[in-house]
Formats: sequence, structure tokens, C-alpha cells
Amino acid sequence: MSDQNTTALDSESNVDALDTELSTWRERQADAWRRRLAFLKREPMGLAGILIMLAIVLVAVFAPVIAPYNPTETDYGNSLEPPTAEHPLGTDSAGRDIFSQLVFGARPALQIGLLSAISVAFVGMNVGLIAGYYGGYVDDALMRLVDFAYGIPFTPFIIVLVALWEPSKWTIVGAIALLLWRQTARVVRSHVLNLKEKPFVKSARTVGASDRRIIYRHIAPNVLPLVFLYGSFAIAWAILTEAAISYLGFGDPTAVTWGQMLQSAQQSQALARDAWWWFTMPGIAIMLTVISAFLIGRGYEEQLNPELQEP
Amino acid sequence: MGLKEFVTRRIIQIVVLYFAIATMLFFLFRAAPGDPLAAYIGTGFTEEQAAQIRATFGLDQPLHVQYWKYMTSLVTFNFGLSYITGDPVWGIIQDRIWNTLVLMGTSVVLAYLIGVPFGAYLAWNRGTKRERFGVVFALISRSAPVFWTGLLGIWIFSFKLGWLPAGSMSQPGVTYSSKLAQFTSPSFLRHLILPALVQAFYFYSLPALLMRNSMLEVMNEDFVDFAELKGISDFAVMLKHAARNALLPIVTAFAVAAGFAVGGSVVLETVFAWPGLGREMVRAVIANDYPVAQATFLILAGLVLIANFLADLAYGYLDPRITYD
Repeated sequence: MSDQNTTALDSESNVDALDTELSTWRERQADAWRRRLAFLKREPMGLAGILIMLAIVLVAVFAPVIAPYNPTETDYGNSLEPPTAEHPLGTDSAGRDIFSQLVFGARPALQIGLLSAISVAFVGMNVGLIAGYYGGYVDDALMRLVDFAYGIPFTPFIIVLVALWEPSKWTIVGAIALLLWRQTARVVRSHVLNLKEKPFVKSARTVGASDRRIIYRHIAPNVLPLVFLYGSFAIAWAILTEAAISYLGFGDPTAVTWGQMLQSAQQSQALARDAWWWFTMPGIAIMLTVISAFLIGRGYEEQLNPELQEP
Repeated sequence: MGLKEFVTRRIIQIVVLYFAIATMLFFLFRAAPGDPLAAYIGTGFTEEQAAQIRATFGLDQPLHVQYWKYMTSLVTFNFGLSYITGDPVWGIIQDRIWNTLVLMGTSVVLAYLIGVPFGAYLAWNRGTKRERFGVVFALISRSAPVFWTGLLGIWIFSFKLGWLPAGSMSQPGVTYSSKLAQFTSPSFLRHLILPALVQAFYFYSLPALLMRNSMLEVMNEDFVDFAELKGISDFAVMLKHAARNALLPIVTAFAVAAGFAVGGSVVLETVFAWPGLGREMVRAVIANDYPVAQATFLILAGLVLIANFLADLAYGYLDPRITYD
């Protein structure tokens, strides 16, 4: 590296210095990303999760291209048909194509999963940061709020909210977000309690950085991995919850969802009629989506927590 | 702070929390759009008749009076009358509390009996194929929605094999002298097996995965190395030294599991037509039977809080280092 004492430098070496600095910065960034993504090599489960998730995202995006039929189109002449070449996964009691319903069902599942996870991560991170950083009364008040959220039975609360207001995607996301931030907030807070005693936070304070700057510039980047971790779990929980809500009959009646398919399967006696293609497939779709989120989160967690790593 | 003081403080906290949750629920129902009695007061009712019906359910009174009545009901269990049947709410749900408790209790205990040893086994086999397979298996059962595994269970064990009843809690037409007599009858146990197993198949993964992580952390501690150095057998080290200390976070998670199980009763009981609080709540919400819906929600919330409280106590008991402050 060239001399850093800028007053004595001619312009050429100045540019050189900038160049080197820039390239080392680039290398560092690339390195950081390589390290961030390195867990994939060591964590085949995490990689599997990402691949499954990608596949489901593609299915959701290209649903109209992939689905051979309109998922809501009824055809009573062909009701309850077992899998055939025409209907690869059979039809339900109204003659609707199961495969097409599955394909379109990926859309609400992913939308609700991602939207919920983003809101959960956003609320949980901020509550945790503020509670942990300020401490005292602010902390007390926010932690009582967390206790409050923990005391509310999860699924029943969402049912009440969705049933009292309107049964739409947005209500479900809002209801999930209202409760699920609690865990993220708790974990982030306890992490912040540690971080704020670290020298880098203290020195930032000494040089006069504002609270907001310290929180979001110095502390927040250190809790982001945790937020990401709990965010990926939130995707899983949200998808499971939405499926349960739809199964119970509180979902958006106009949407095609996996939970709703299972509800109509049970109500139309698919079990007694042995229509296994109708009630097995939606469950498998839910399971695959949820497990991909779990696998991603878990692979990441193993990296965050060195004690879980192999010796 | 002593144990007594800690317990008293937690109880006060929980009671305050409970009243806060109840208050939220009250305003949630009052703020909802639409007339709560819309389903009841159909067309063809005169203004007077409608007013009379409103009065029967206390809906003609000002909000603060309704609130006061509602809050005192938490202590007196006088939850008012069902909008649909007109019967006292407490009479409808009283029985169901026990039905829910038995099902949830059985499944959570089953889940822990399976999950804790399974998790310890996974930790002990760290880095092997068995461990990887076990973790994936636990994640699979955690990803399969309970209502789906429930449907599969019913299809296989009731419709295909005919081994177990497809739902409900007892054979129709049979009456029992007491709840206890019912809960110990062979017919009840036969009805209990499938829903309890289905729920346990979901919940065992929580203690299993936690136990695995916790064991791995404990196994790095000095006292485990020390025990190994003393020449104690692997099995004894694992059981007496590692497992006991690893159990702490699993006990705390018990509250989370019990809370989720209680909340999940709405789903499980609907699949199996189990006459418990959860199913009653779903029915009440669909039918706009607000008094019943509120009361079942309040009881479920109370159960979640009690589970949290018990976990706190157990945590303090297991870890002598905790000084309750």
C-alpha cells in the first residue's frame, strides 16, 4: 500500500492508493459474500432448502403457463377422476383439475409467507433493538408487550381477527404479523443487551454518534443474521397458519389455496370415497414449502452457532 | 428474592396480563363491523322484538356497563347466554375444558417422551448419517400440518384398516356416571389414540431439536470432559451429566409447546370432531355466537398463561443457580 499521508502525495499515487483501496474493498465484499454463502457447501440441507424454495417460487411465478387447466373451472362430467394422462393428479368432486389447483396454490402460500416474514422481521427487529438499547422503562414496557403477545393463543386469535373482519390475504398477514414478532423481538433484545457493552458501541457514543445512528448503523447489522434466521422460520409458520385458517374455512373464499383444497376434500367425504389424490397432494405441497423454509433457516443457524458445528 | 416472593410476583403479573388480554378481546369484538345479532334477528322481526332480544343479551346497555359485566364474568364464570341456543355459556363449555385438557395433555406428554430421548440420541450421534436422517425426519414432521396428518391418519387407520374410530370422543348413545369414568373407559382411550398421536407426531420435533442443540452445547462444557476423564462410561456421562443439564431450555420450551398445543386445539379438534374448546370455538365463530366464542378464547388464553407460569416454576426448580430476580 502507498503512503497514507495525503498531504505529501502527488496526484498519481493518490489515485493508485484509491485503486488499491477500492480493489481490496471489492475483494473484502466478495469474500464476505463467499463466506456468507459458504455454509451451503457445508450444509447440504440448507442448499436443498434453497433449491426447493426456488422451484416453488418458479412454479408460483409461471403458474398460468404450467397449469394445464383453469383451477376454478368445474367439469362435473369428470368429477373425482383418479390420475390420468389428461389430469395428472386427478380431479376433485367438482371436476376441477388438482394439479392446476396445486400450481396456483403456490401463489397465496408464498405471498402470505413472505409478507408475514417481512413484517415479523421488521417489527421484531425494531422492538428488540429499541428495548435492548434504551433499557429501563422502555425495555420494561416493550417486554410486557412481548409477554402479552405470548399469552394470546395463536391460531384462535387469528381466527377471531379474520372472521370478524374480512377473510382476505391481508387480514391473515396482518393477524400473523400482530403476534409472531414476539420471538424475534425477544432474541434480538437479548443480543443487543450484549452488543451495547462492546467497545465499538462505546467508542461510537464517545465520538458523539446519535442513538439512532448507533442503533441502526452499529448494532443492527450485528443482529441481522438473527433476524434473517427468525424471518425464515416465520415464513414456515405463516404458511402453516394460513393453511390451517383456510382449512378451517376462514380463508379468502375466492382464492385457490392448499388449505382450502383440504377443507373441501374433507367436507366432500374424499376420505370415505378413497380419493387419495385429492387429500394427499395439497398436504405434500404445504410440507415441501414449509420444510424448505425450515431447512434454509436451520442450515443458517448451524453456521451462526459454532457449538452446533461438527468438531 | 425468595421463592415465595417470586411466585407471588409472577401470579400478579399473570393476572394483570390475563385482564389485559381479556380487555383486548372485548374491544376486538365490539370494534368488529356488523351487528353481532344479525344472524339472530332475522327479517320479519319488529323493532320492539329486536330491542327485546338485545336486552336479553345485555347489548342495550352502555359500553362501560357491558365491559364491567364482561370483566366480572372472568371471576364468576357467568359468561352470559349463547346467541344461538340461548343456554348459559358456562354450561356449554365447562365439560369441554376437560376434554381439551385430556387430549392436549396426553399429546404433549407423548411428544416429550418421544422427543427428548430422540434429541439426545441425535446429539450423541453428531456428524453421522443417522443424525442427518433424524434431523430431516424431525423437520418433516414439523412441516406437515396437523390437519393433514390427521386426515391421513383417519384414512389409513379408520377407513383402510378399520382399527380406530375416525373421530368424536365416545360412541354415540353411551352415557357415563362421571367425567373420570368416561376418561378411563376403553372406548374413550380408543378414540384418544389417533388424535393424540397425530398431535404428538407434530410436537415431538420441538423438544427433539432443542434437546439436540442443548446437548451439543452442554457436551462442550468442562464438567462433561471431567466426567469423561474420570472414566465414567459414555452412556452414564450422557444420561447423568449431559442430559440433565441440557434439559433446562427444553423445560422452558414446554410452555411454548403447551401454548401452541392449546391454540392448535382449534385445528386438531376440528379434524377429529373432538368435542373440546377448540372445536366449539370454531363453531361459535362461524355461527357468530359471540358470547361462546369469547368465553372459549378466554379459557384457552388462561390455559396458555398457566402453562407459561408452570414452566417458569419448573425452570427455577431445575436450575439451582436461578435466584428469581
